[in-house]
Amino acid sequence: MKFKGQDVYMVTGGVTKFAKANTRKDFRYLVKEAFDYALNDVNMSIADIDGSVTAYFSDHFQRQAMAGIMAHEYVGLSPKPSKRIEAGGSTGGMGFQTGIEEVASGRLDSCAVMGFETMSHVETWKGNEFIALASDMNFDYPVGGFYTGYYAMMAVRHMHEFGTTVEQLAKVSIKNHGNAIHNPYSQSPMKLTVEDVRNSPMVSYPLTRLDSCTMSDGAAVAILANEKKAFEMCDNPVLIKSVGGGTDAMRLSDRPFGKVPLLPNEKESDYRNLKYPGVHSFRAGRVAAIEAYQAAGITDPLEEIDVVELHDSFTSSEIQTYEDLGLCRYGEGGHYVEEGKADVHGKVPVNTSGGLLASGHAIGASGIMQAVFTFWQLQHSIKKHLKDDALQVPNAKTGLTHCHAGTGTYVAVTIMEATK
Amino acid sequence: MTIDPNAKMPESLEGTQVYSVDPLIVRSHYEIDYLHSYAQDSEFFRALGQKKIMGSKCKKCGYKYATPRAHCMQCGSETEWFQLPNEGKVHTYTTCYFGSEEFLKETPFHLIMVEFEGVDSLFMARMVGVSAEDLKIGMKVKARFRRNQKFSPTDVYFVPDKE
Repeated sequence: MKFKGQDVYMVTGGVTKFAKANTRKDFRYLVKEAFDYALNDVNMSIADIDGSVTAYFSDHFQRQAMAGIMAHEYVGLSPKPSKRIEAGGSTGGMGFQTGIEEVASGRLDSCAVMGFETMSHVETWKGNEFIALASDMNFDYPVGGFYTGYYAMMAVRHMHEFGTTVEQLAKVSIKNHGNAIHNPYSQSPMKLTVEDVRNSPMVSYPLTRLDSCTMSDGAAVAILANEKKAFEMCDNPVLIKSVGGGTDAMRLSDRPFGKVPLLPNEKESDYRNLKYPGVHSFRAGRVAAIEAYQAAGITDPLEEIDVVELHDSFTSSEIQTYEDLGLCRYGEGGHYVEEGKADVHGKVPVNTSGGLLASGHAIGASGIMQAVFTFWQLQHSIKKHLKDDALQVPNAKTGLTHCHAGTGTYVAVTIMEATK
Repeated sequence: MTIDPNAKMPESLEGTQVYSVDPLIVRSHYEIDYLHSYAQDSEFFRALGQKKIMGSKCKKCGYKYATPRAHCMQCGSETEWFQLPNEGKVHTYTTCYFGSEEFLKETPFHLIMVEFEGVDSLFMARMVGVSAEDLKIGMKVKARFRRNQKFSPTDVYFVPDKE
């Protein structure tokens, strides 16, 4: 059998409101809500969809295995093919890329990517325990398995290495919670000051409650198709320009101290004394960016990308990720946010949706929520979907989504381009 | 052969804990004991009882891991055990004021990544004997060992070493 490669487009998308607890709707109902929103937006029907990819992180939250197929059949896609993707925090982003691959390979002409998580079925600290199961059960988890703690150690090292400050971390929180005020789907819209962020309860030094994302119930759906089908469904689909992926050792302790994999606009002399990635940076994010940029022909991300949704599970990881993506040099991430470059009207706006910090982090849904939001930005349809155009980035043509697992163990970077 | 139209399920007085009636939310309890094998990492946990921290050294490329792994992630070859020094330095740290449910009762606690002289990778551990304000990168630390071994990586923990 010979597969025929084809271009892939995103045709439509939908998200539910992310909430701390949505006890009136289970994961199937939430997926159905996002799925119907997506279909109705382009007048599409179930018959137009050839199969699905479902994405959710953990069976533990609901004690329900094979929840993927349950969502797939609930929305009416059986007996068409489906598979479930799990990749920790990067589950949504990896699911989205798997859907892209289903269509790109020529196997399916259209594919629904459906992500969800309903984390409210356990108390917050039990939820943190379930998340920490995604760390080495011999050497990491028993020492005090807590993801905020792992990220906090990375943040402390980033501060030591580059002089990043807690005020710069707070600026990320202020920006993302502020953006969420204009996003009715978000969980935690808030107008904050640096003092608010620093005075909120300390979780793991230097990360406070407002430096950290929340657990959520929610779903998001993206529908992908080949060129023929995409333009039949709508006149302004968004092209999937490229995908990139990267990985690193599960254990922070195993990360090497080597050289920075360079972007086209960087030189080895930029980082003469930097031991990389150590525990200050995410090598997986850098490697994923390099693959995606090469495939899209991007040589200067700051000039060629118009809008970014990245995985800000913590304020520190947003700053670290600016650097991995080459929006600035390693070490300059704190300044990038401080100078307003990540604002909605900044140089390259980051997390206009509010990011995970403020939109919420319904793990399997998050990466797909990012794709839907980027899709709306590139279609210039933010006002239509949010009933408010404050977050619309004018003239956005190229968008990037970045979805990240573990302490940077799986990263998925996807680049999308407007067709109109 | 039994055909009994009056058959009944057994009744009991045990109730169900109900948190909410609309929507109906009930308590569902679940617990489990694992037979967790440390498998190829077993030697590390046994050695802590002799106050030794064991790392892995690649037989081929010589890369030294402070956290054991039976195969080298640099070259794919087998590693062999070697004893790490009991002294090192704080590479990075945090103080956890909250934690996963299992560790919540131990908060606040310090987590550190330890770097050992001449070793290529790090080791994550608990640190005691220092206040949060005094915990610093580069601080000299030394290993202490639990007297009552639990066969957990926290059988070794670190305290400040004399400068």
